[in-house]
Amino acid sequence: MSSVVATAAAGTRPVRIVYFAWVRERVGLPEETLDIPADLATVADLVRWLKARGEGYEAAFADEAVVRVALDHVHAKPHAALGTAREIAFFPPMTGG
Amino acid sequence: MTPLIRIQREDFSLQDEIDALSAGRADIGAVVSFIGLCRDEAGTLAALELEHYPGMAEAEISRVATEAAERWPLMGLVAIHRYGLIRPGEQIVLVLAASAHRRAAFEAADFMMDYLKTRAPFWKREHRADGTLGGWVEAKAEDDDAARRWS
Repeated sequence: MSSVVATAAAGTRPVRIVYFAWVRERVGLPEETLDIPADLATVADLVRWLKARGEGYEAAFADEAVVRVALDHVHAKPHAALGTAREIAFFPPMTGG
Repeated sequence: MTPLIRIQREDFSLQDEIDALSAGRADIGAVVSFIGLCRDEAGTLAALELEHYPGMAEAEISRVATEAAERWPLMGLVAIHRYGLIRPGEQIVLVLAASAHRRAAFEAADFMMDYLKTRAPFWKREHRADGTLGGWVEAKAEDDDAARRWS
């Protein structure tokens, strides 16, 4: 319990963020570990925070409705709570098969 | 019944997979297979490059396979998806569904492919015959429509 309190007090927590396909190209990175504000509640909050980081992010998330997200390898919606997700992935609609 | 899921760079053999699925048993009455191939529509494609999300690709296809196994009485289920550079005419994806009777096998294979296309984290990009890098293949609304048939 004390560690949870300490993390909240610090105001940030580290998450691994991974990008794929044209989202990766626009951001300019395949992955990064970022200390995100602990008060970011949802995926949409995180996207807004990322977009403020620079032009690449702005371009990647220009059409937020198109970019998909996965929290710890599970598909999620923009309004989903980030919870304790440690790996957050952003990518275009899938074109496998 | 434990689904077999493989994400691999190498090619696969349909016959080898059917043999492995049915080895030592005589209760399977139907095996339906689907193979997706790399298609070149206009003679302009050198290859498709398939990017994937390691870890999630296996996890997501496993979740789809588990759903299929809950919906149909399956005796075997195989999904193999390749990544990397794949040339026109080469195989990209294999789904095998085995059951006592054909209906369950047909439907489960169809379901697997519809969900695999819309949920498995793979992305295709074109490499053109003239040596230039083409764009990322865009997702089709009809694939989403096809997946919605099952919900």
